[in-house]
Amino acid sequence: METIAEKNYTPKDFTSNQEVRWCPGCDDYVILRTMQKVLPEMGVAKEDVVFVSGIGCSSRFPYYMETYGIHSIHGRAPGIATGVKLANPNLSVWIATGDGDAMAIGGNHFIHILRRNIDLNIILFNNEIYGLTKGQFSPTSSIGQKTKSSPYGNTQPPFSPGELALGAQARFFARVGGNSPKEMGQIFIEAHKFKGTSLIEVLQNCVIFNDGCFDHVTDKEVKEDKQIFLEHGKPMIFGKNKDRGLILKGLKLEVVTIGENGITQEDILVHNAKEQDPTLHQMLVRQEYPMATGVIRSFNDVTFEERENALTAQVKANSSFTKADDLFFSGETYEVK
Amino acid sequence: MIATKIKTQPEVLEAVVIRFVGDSGDGMQLTGTQFSDTSAMFGNDIATFPNYPAEIRAPQGSLYGVSGFQVHIGSIEVSTPGDNVDLLVAMNPAALKTNLYALKPGHTLVVDIEAFNKKNLEKAEYTTNPLEDGSLENYRVIQVDMTSLTKEALKDVAGLDNKTISRSKNMFSLGMIYWMYNRSTDHTIEFFNSKFKNNTNLIEANTKVLNAGYYYAETLELIPNSYTISPAKMESGTYRIIMGNTAMAWGFLAAAEKSGLGLFLGSYPITPATDILHELVKHKHFGVKAFQAEDEIAGITSAIGAAFAGDLAITTTSGPGLALKGEAIGLAIMTELPLVIVDVQRGGPSTGLPTKTEQSDLLQAMYGRNGESPLIVIAASTPANCFNFAFEAARLALEHMTPVILLSDGYIANGAAPWKIQTVADMPEIKSNKITEIKENWHPYDRDEFTLARNWAVPGTPGLEHRIGGLEKDAVTGNISYEPSNHEKMTKIRAAKIERVKFNIPDLETEFASEGDLLVIGWGGTYGSLHSAVKQMNDEGYKNIGFAHFNYINPMPKNTEEILSKFKKIVVCELNSGQFASILKIKFSPFEFLQFNKIQGLPFANDDLIQKFKELV
Repeated sequence: METIAEKNYTPKDFTSNQEVRWCPGCDDYVILRTMQKVLPEMGVAKEDVVFVSGIGCSSRFPYYMETYGIHSIHGRAPGIATGVKLANPNLSVWIATGDGDAMAIGGNHFIHILRRNIDLNIILFNNEIYGLTKGQFSPTSSIGQKTKSSPYGNTQPPFSPGELALGAQARFFARVGGNSPKEMGQIFIEAHKFKGTSLIEVLQNCVIFNDGCFDHVTDKEVKEDKQIFLEHGKPMIFGKNKDRGLILKGLKLEVVTIGENGITQEDILVHNAKEQDPTLHQMLVRQEYPMATGVIRSFNDVTFEERENALTAQVKANSSFTKADDLFFSGETYEVK
Repeated sequence: MIATKIKTQPEVLEAVVIRFVGDSGDGMQLTGTQFSDTSAMFGNDIATFPNYPAEIRAPQGSLYGVSGFQVHIGSIEVSTPGDNVDLLVAMNPAALKTNLYALKPGHTLVVDIEAFNKKNLEKAEYTTNPLEDGSLENYRVIQVDMTSLTKEALKDVAGLDNKTISRSKNMFSLGMIYWMYNRSTDHTIEFFNSKFKNNTNLIEANTKVLNAGYYYAETLELIPNSYTISPAKMESGTYRIIMGNTAMAWGFLAAAEKSGLGLFLGSYPITPATDILHELVKHKHFGVKAFQAEDEIAGITSAIGAAFAGDLAITTTSGPGLALKGEAIGLAIMTELPLVIVDVQRGGPSTGLPTKTEQSDLLQAMYGRNGESPLIVIAASTPANCFNFAFEAARLALEHMTPVILLSDGYIANGAAPWKIQTVADMPEIKSNKITEIKENWHPYDRDEFTLARNWAVPGTPGLEHRIGGLEKDAVTGNISYEPSNHEKMTKIRAAKIERVKFNIPDLETEFASEGDLLVIGWGGTYGSLHSAVKQMNDEGYKNIGFAHFNYINPMPKNTEEILSKFKKIVVCELNSGQFASILKIKFSPFEFLQFNKIQGLPFANDDLIQKFKELV
């Protein structure tokens, strides 16, 4: 049998014959192409990859991937993906979901899948709007945002996906702009390698109903000054000139300029994504300027499957039952002659 | 300690119905179970019925906190727990007040005197003490000071608090009943030894109280000791006592082993279905993956995921949970995945009567989804055959690539009966539609020509990568299709696929008469009640009454119409307002379907059925 390296996959191997039906210019195309590009680098056989989705624009994703896939019902991808992974732990399982799918109708499943830490990956397409139903506010839309269902402005305060995820015990959280395929690809690979539930929030522009909502941080012109791309073990430095950084002052993060007020590179915080205590990760997630992108948290913990497998092995070792008949005839039985 | 009007002549009985009633914390379920198990091992046929409140520990002595356990034991075939009782054990006034109606006049009542104090009498809303006011004149009343006698029996056992002592008095009553019905205490003592193996004090205490009750009854010549129920004539073999929910869990274990598939259960706790989850989580030694999800929806969606990935997938619930699962069942229908959905029915709507039985989810099972969404509906009809129908549900799901709703109800799920153990080898083959080979021009919705089941290519299989989902599929390629005529075609295929299941299920059978004046029709958990009522009529000389019980509801057995045509009148008996009757009326419109319905959260009473059938013939 061919090894995966010998298969020499190319992005084309992961491209299905289905016509992509997203609106022209949508960031979803970037996510799709990035995934098709980096999957060959992950060292996983095509037949072992499963994409699971709920309902919404993002949830069309599985149809375009030449892998196994199931497009399910609104908000329920985490349940489906859990069953797929528990039935066959050898599979590489990916959920494609949106802000409404994951945090409104699927909110309960979203927090519980993160809590359990099953080894799978979630790509959250956050465009702060409902696209497929044509423009209603979502659980991440801003206060005051005018949409089809909030013509006078949205009155429901938004979730911050990262904060919600960390509150739900997420072990891996990353954020990336929908127009940054290079960083996105790097993050997808890291998420794949991570043992546990990985959540990647993509700031995904909806060209039709919420165009430009992330421009202030993702636009090519401002990106380097407005985002800080975090990498584990590296100092938290950002800016076109790599001259600004983050320090901890009291209980707050503060932006400083290297070379000003006696600040040197040594004073700048070094990113520790693997720290168990999420306090600093929470601060980074909340930070508006600069907006933290990259892998913010990547804490290695025992996975749900590992716990289950260990228990199963223990029960098997201590049990005299090998087949159902052993159980049926065990304990109190009696003969009728 | 007063006993009046007790006759001492020996009696040999064919069958006896005993009901144990007390506070929900009094251990009546345990007492009843022990008596049933002991009798079954003695060789009697048994049927049991626990009747307990939804509250775990309702306030002591209250009328709504009364918990009961009824057992019917016989030297003849026993198919229901019985209606009216021959012996009532009432541990307090509230228990007496709520259950005395069921005691046959002239029959025996055992009460704990000390419980009939002022406080408990008030709580039970008695203005005078029924033990003293003559209101029990028509019964044999055996008044025992169980509380003091239990204390006395335990005076030498160290390390027991008062609560433990007073809780043991149920074993005193059990000891008495064992003596009265010539039963050995051995089985129960063995039970103590295994249950309390880490606490010898509790073994000693319970054994002492049980024996104290037994010897007390022996010493008191006032109690007749000649109730004898001989062993029943049952098919020879190895038996065990099994509850419906356990039998169902075991049926799935057998189906997984037979089909060679992993067993996945996705479930959320709900009364009265939870015991299936409790049972399957124990069996990690067989590799069972039992997943307690965050809600009903995740219970079924995780099962759908497991089905997609190639496991035998199950989800278990009761009525309200079935409502929550509706959309996901539609997904399983659209994706044509094998899935078993168990609904252990209870009284509804809404939260309804969580611990009481009813057959009111039938139409929900049939039609409770958006779109035209047919699936297989089958129903178990006895505690023991929950095993067979769990297996059958799995077989049909796998062979026909469809969700199957398996209906049970609180009555058979919690009821216990002897089960002649079946081995996995005894069970029929299961031919799943799994494929592993790449065929030229293969599509995920390629179908078996005869059954119309699509093939099942699971993730991990090289070359068969494909996508499925809730959107309408092209009949050939399985890709998304909004083409109008394709949708009509697919709708018809989904319906025909279910219709053709009738060629893979047994014919409907009639009992007692294959033609005649009246056909009694039932389905699901009412089998025992209806069977014994028709049998009694038959024994009384009404030879023109036949009985047909449905386990297969959608589709129905292919000879259904033929059987209907053999009788002059048809009466459909259900624990709802006539849901199965309404389906029959649609499918077999030339026939007239009379109805007999009961919607009280309780099984049919034998006398009511007999009266109705006599009216009709």
